[in-house]
Amino acid sequence: MRKILIMTTALAGFGLAASAQEVVVMSWGGAYTKSQVEAYGKPFTAKTGIKVTFVDADNPATPIKAQVEAGNVTVDVADVEFSDAVRLCDEGLLEEIDPSMLPPAPDGTPAEQDFLPGAINDCAVANIVWSTAVAYNTKLVNGTPSTIADFFDLKKFPGKRGLRKSAKATLEMALMADGVPASKVYDVMQTPEGIDRAFAKLDTIKDSIVWWEAGAQPPQLLADGEVVMSTAYNGRIFNAAVAEGQPFKILWDGQILDFDLFVVPKNAPHKDDAMKFIAFATDTQRLADQAKWISYGPARKSSTALIGKYVDGKTDMAPHMPTSPEAMKNALTNNFEFWADRDTELNERFNAWLSS
Amino acid sequence: MAAQPAPGGLTTVDGRPLKQALAEAQARAKRRAFVLVLPLLAFILVSFVLPIGQLLKRSVYNPAFSENMPALVQWFRENPRGSAPDESAYAALASDLKLIRKNKTAGIVGTRVNYELPGTRSLFTKSARKARKLEPPYREALLKVDRKWGDPLLWQVMRSASSAYTTSFYLAALDRKRNADGEIVRVEKERQVYIKLFKRTLLLSALITVTTLLLGFPVAHLLATLPLRYSNMLMIFVLLPFWTSLLVRTTSWIVLLQSQGVVNDLLVATGILDADHRIQMIYNQTGTIVAMTHILLPFMILPLYSVMRPIDPSYVRAARSLGASSWTAFRRIYLPQTIPGIGAGALLVFILAVGYYITPALVGGSTGQLISNLIAFHMQKSLNWSLAAALAALLLGGVLILYWLYDRLVGIDNLKLG
Repeated sequence: MRKILIMTTALAGFGLAASAQEVVVMSWGGAYTKSQVEAYGKPFTAKTGIKVTFVDADNPATPIKAQVEAGNVTVDVADVEFSDAVRLCDEGLLEEIDPSMLPPAPDGTPAEQDFLPGAINDCAVANIVWSTAVAYNTKLVNGTPSTIADFFDLKKFPGKRGLRKSAKATLEMALMADGVPASKVYDVMQTPEGIDRAFAKLDTIKDSIVWWEAGAQPPQLLADGEVVMSTAYNGRIFNAAVAEGQPFKILWDGQILDFDLFVVPKNAPHKDDAMKFIAFATDTQRLADQAKWISYGPARKSSTALIGKYVDGKTDMAPHMPTSPEAMKNALTNNFEFWADRDTELNERFNAWLSS
Repeated sequence: MAAQPAPGGLTTVDGRPLKQALAEAQARAKRRAFVLVLPLLAFILVSFVLPIGQLLKRSVYNPAFSENMPALVQWFRENPRGSAPDESAYAALASDLKLIRKNKTAGIVGTRVNYELPGTRSLFTKSARKARKLEPPYREALLKVDRKWGDPLLWQVMRSASSAYTTSFYLAALDRKRNADGEIVRVEKERQVYIKLFKRTLLLSALITVTTLLLGFPVAHLLATLPLRYSNMLMIFVLLPFWTSLLVRTTSWIVLLQSQGVVNDLLVATGILDADHRIQMIYNQTGTIVAMTHILLPFMILPLYSVMRPIDPSYVRAARSLGASSWTAFRRIYLPQTIPGIGAGALLVFILAVGYYITPALVGGSTGQLISNLIAFHMQKSLNWSLAAALAALLLGGVLILYWLYDRLVGIDNLKLG
């Protein structure tokens, strides 16, 4: 009898632990996760009582894939890049998300029209728009670079350049610098001649390139004077410039926009709470709040008007957004389909080009 | 009366044959010893043997296509290599496309085919989306969706993917592929990268092994011959960096060697270099060699030291007193006695260098990358784990061959690790 009692108590305790209300969110760490903790996590717990635990990963898509394949999913919500969201969804590793659960904009516009085009798909809802853009150190560059072509112009702006060691974004920028308008870039890249043209353009600065891999590197390279210009994630440059006072500026011309999206891995332990969290975190106010902490643009049109000041209380955030009208003049949106098809081939060629 | 020996020979006090009792006692001791090593054995099995086994399996086994496209797999099985895809093949394809649409596995299948034939992933996802509307004749219907379905190369790739066991990842890891006729050919010149990186990895590792030996040998000799209280102090200088985090040591080399770094600043300040002609010492092969030599140096010094310490100095003195020059005494008397240490140090440094990853990633730039960086690329970015596994297996095979060679040439019994 006593044994049974102990066992049932233990089981009940186990059951309780399993159903305790909690959402585990996997994100990218650093200032970015902090912005999500402040803008999404804390208000969500305050409103619903559901605990939100954030864990970091270099790229959450990799552990998600491993967890679902191994049948041991511990994460409820993951923040992934656009290409990974579509890829994981196509591979059946994600739960589908019903867009009708997303709240409409304050003026009543349905969510599906309020989000930027492409920001909602079968398995994912975008929260931010981020950008790979050229940043420069104003103390080291003579004059003011104004177009992406200046990044490739070693005569006018001497000095080393930082570029991400990846074919993606690098080839597109090379073509834009070579005079291809943003709207034509992926058409040109469909042809073998277009790819040759991109590599030929890269050849012109190859000896002056310092390659980076982690997002934290470009601000460091710029601060050390190791490079005078570098491609970088715009949020990192903003942080270095505004929070740390570095003399960095962003050249928006030729920037490449990309989404970060929330997804729910297949068989997530707290699936229902995860959906609640996503619906809450991507509403108009929450997306605008996040922009207070880091300079990534909200994925909803209705959030733009609500963007206020940076946490320091004096920097206006709107002009630092990659989605501001000024920044959008010549901007390219990353074409997922293209890279899903050609990623392997072009990265092999890129790696071969690098080591030759 | 003396005890009578049993007919079989000696017995113990309780009358059992001695041989049997001894065997039992030894078996007990063996069992106890086995139980004691069991935790380690289990640990090695779980953390070492199983993962390597899985890795080897993944490099030849990829069921992404065969598990999700049953009808087409069946068709390939019934029709030998070389038979042109007929209407029944297209019908099988159409039914499989409907299936992968239903199971949401179009991405998995497309990704698998895309590894070998770039540009086909979207062909599968797109066609699967339209699969429900496909009507016979399927050949025309599918060609209308996309003309690529008529490509003989695509059919060749699908045929090779239709078996879960495949050598195509090893072919890719050796810069090779199959053409439309199923023959093995090299990939286009601008995509050949792996063989070059394998060669570079072996070459740089050998170079780093030689530099650590040249730098480490005198240090180890000094440590071994100095009185203990001095040598212990010097030993701390060897061990201190050894205990420091790998990342800290790598990044401090960045601080020292970068073009606005300490070394260049000193050279400019002393007027040796002109400010506009700073030397590029990092983000290239030089950076990889310098940083890795420094990081791997203790692995050379420690085995050398442990071999040199017990060498009796009287041997060399005897050789000198018999008329050998200091060089001859070193070469013929001292050096041969240190061979086990040199062998152990060189093998250790070389094997560690071959698999090094984080240091070349940080300081290697484009020309200082090693094969491990591409393995990491396929693990983390392209998510082509089968290719990563094939590359890793080739690396493992290479190291095992070198180990075997070492055993044949020097003899593994001569190895002394400390």
